[in-house]
Amino acid sequence: MSRFKLMVLALVLAAIGLGLFAYKVRVLGYPLRPDAEARIWTVETRVAFEAASGPVKASLFIPNLTPGFAILDENFVSRDFGFTTQYVSGGRQVQWAVRQAEGLRALYYRVVVYRDPVRQETDTTPPFPPVPKLAEPFNTAMEMLVERVRGLSADPASFTAELLKRLARPNGDQDIELLLGDAPDAVDRARTAMTVLAAASIPARLVRGIRMAERERDAEILPWLEVHDGERWLYFDPVTGREGLPEDFLIWWRGEDPLVQVDGANAVEAGFSIHSSVADPIIVARRRAEVHEDGLAEFSLFALPIQSQAVYGVLLAVPIGALLVVLLRNVIGLQTFGTFMPVLIAMAFRETQLLWGVLLFSLLVFIGLSIRFYMEKLRLLLVPRLAAVLTIVVLLMVLVSLLSHRLGFEIGLSVGLFPMVIMTMTIERMSIVWEERGPGDAIKQGLGSLTVAAGCYLIMGLALVEHLVFVFPELLLVTLAATLLLGRYTGYRLTELVRFRELREGN
Amino acid sequence: MLGWIRTLHERGVLGMNERNTEYIMRLNPRRLYPLVDDKLRTKELAIAAGIAVPQLYGVIRTEHDIGSLAELVSNTQDFAIKPAHGSGGDGIMVVAGRSPRTPDIYRLVDGTLVTDSAIGFHLSNILAGQFSLGGHRDVALLEYCIKVDPIFAEHCFQGVPDIRVIVVRGYPIMAMIRLPTRRSRGKANLHQGAVGAGMDIATGVTTWGVIGNDKVVEHPDTGAPIAGLAIPRWDYLLTLAARGYELTGLGYIGVDIVLDRQFGPLILELNARPGLNIQICNRAGLRHRAERAMALPEEPDIAARVARSRELFAAAAMPAAA
Repeated sequence: MSRFKLMVLALVLAAIGLGLFAYKVRVLGYPLRPDAEARIWTVETRVAFEAASGPVKASLFIPNLTPGFAILDENFVSRDFGFTTQYVSGGRQVQWAVRQAEGLRALYYRVVVYRDPVRQETDTTPPFPPVPKLAEPFNTAMEMLVERVRGLSADPASFTAELLKRLARPNGDQDIELLLGDAPDAVDRARTAMTVLAAASIPARLVRGIRMAERERDAEILPWLEVHDGERWLYFDPVTGREGLPEDFLIWWRGEDPLVQVDGANAVEAGFSIHSSVADPIIVARRRAEVHEDGLAEFSLFALPIQSQAVYGVLLAVPIGALLVVLLRNVIGLQTFGTFMPVLIAMAFRETQLLWGVLLFSLLVFIGLSIRFYMEKLRLLLVPRLAAVLTIVVLLMVLVSLLSHRLGFEIGLSVGLFPMVIMTMTIERMSIVWEERGPGDAIKQGLGSLTVAAGCYLIMGLALVEHLVFVFPELLLVTLAATLLLGRYTGYRLTELVRFRELREGN
Repeated sequence: MLGWIRTLHERGVLGMNERNTEYIMRLNPRRLYPLVDDKLRTKELAIAAGIAVPQLYGVIRTEHDIGSLAELVSNTQDFAIKPAHGSGGDGIMVVAGRSPRTPDIYRLVDGTLVTDSAIGFHLSNILAGQFSLGGHRDVALLEYCIKVDPIFAEHCFQGVPDIRVIVVRGYPIMAMIRLPTRRSRGKANLHQGAVGAGMDIATGVTTWGVIGNDKVVEHPDTGAPIAGLAIPRWDYLLTLAARGYELTGLGYIGVDIVLDRQFGPLILELNARPGLNIQICNRAGLRHRAERAMALPEEPDIAARVARSRELFAAAAMPAAA
């Protein structure tokens, strides 16, 4: 029964930990790897015009529903213009207005976007479009074309693909040439396609957007075609007919309305400039959590002051080391001095690096042990003896630091970071085991401690581990679950297979 | 390696993890541990229950008490010093005699001579907790020094052999005898090189012996054959062990018993976390036996329990591992 309860408890803990973890990775986009970078694009729209003396009202479409991208930040630069944003049929618009303006003026809208693959279109299903009424001979041409394309397709997607293919390469098809007219551009093709799609009762929208580039002074506005297949919106390149939305295509606005409209001014110009940069993915993820109105962002360790962050960066790895100690002691069966002494030594290794750490540790223990054996002859009481060993450990640390500094090994200075009380207790216990159980046992346990410490150092020092526990502290719940399960591990320790070898041999 | 695990499992070999989770944690309530971890309390309990234990000469509780050592042992030539919270035989010092001309020189059991200041230093280390679990302050017991029963004359080198019986819910399930050797410096400690010999629960006769993991046929110092040594008053000895259950309430204990020339079997100490090496000495696993003992009914009659054990766990009744 209690075993069952333990399983349930461990399962619940692991589920909570993994659930939060998955949510933060999938939805909030927290980076899984420490070296991950988030690419962001800053798009600046400049609307320039020559104001005739009098009131000016300008409206500009700004991004709203942007599949594949999400907005990190946006701002409006409009000296002495008032502005409001509002939702209109084509998306979202900013409206600038001023009572009195004169001369050449420029208004800026700047938006920072990042790629968000989770973000998809959330539109409602549109109604079927009315069948367009065209004048002859266009109407007949359109009906003929619908007839032919329908015969070669199965659903709205394949209909659109076939239609666009034909529009791209008429191959002397009179009807298509008639519908397209002379020298059609991409927008014309998209409009023609929409007309024909409407005749086939397939809802379609014209969308306009720009492609995100590394650096672009004057980005071109490209048309794209959105077709609804009854369930969701599909995207088509109106020129090539290829389905899908390019990864770098940022949809700016939808519909036939012009990008910018200015009342009370002329010589209106609008231009886009783009530049891309990299940002800390954590900033992007936290921003995303805010956008999603998620309380998790406030509970993140990143909300702490930088110094506390550094402390927790180390502390959070300790349970991982502790789990390793559990594994090495209870499953492998290594013997160590003190249960978690190796974890503390491993934390000191962070500063000294492994090889030097092991060398300095062995050196300190060796010298300390020799002096401790001499002290045995002095017959000191236990506590004064411990205090004396502690003093000697500190003196040895100073000596090693001075010597190594003199010799130019700066690494030796970090010996001061060894936990001296732990070192003292290690020396004391090692000497007692040496006396009582013999040098074999003492050296075995000493090597065991060192092995476990090295293992802890290697695991806790992995950049990936450090990153994961810091960004996803909830993973410690999974560690806890594993520790709880190991708490009821009743199998043999690996060393017991050797210890009881006589019992498994023969019959 | 999976094959090794399967073989060990089939033979009922108990591992440390399983012993801890399945038996010690289940059968030994933690609040009862002090009864056995503190040898002074065990001794007081046993005396109250009328169980035979080595006589207590005195207790050294403070540094100041160390000065009264000579006075406490004035009526005896030999005595043993033990930490009340010691484990695994650590910290035990056995004084075999004193010179009548120089009373401040003591002769230890291994023949070395020490001054009373050396003994005082040892006592002060005990008091400071050098040998106690967790390093807590401790007290030192001064006890009757066991005189080896002559039946062991051929079977031990100095020291005193002791018999360890594992008792599960009052049923003795496995036993071994530890014979001191020159290598163990007279101590009955397996990890220091004493001979461990398995015993047949039904008869009290030794079956085979090991030193460490190696099989031995003869005692390394005396050459006496290990197998076939019959312990006298075996039924009484098992009864003594089985009474440890009522005495402490602990369901999984190791009872250490010595045979004294004068007083017969005496309980030396009880252990709430008895080691697993007894399996190597007996070439048999503990788990099958412990499982059987777990299935037996709660039996208040000690004699009935011992009889049941002798029948169930006889060497002939249990499949031996080797």
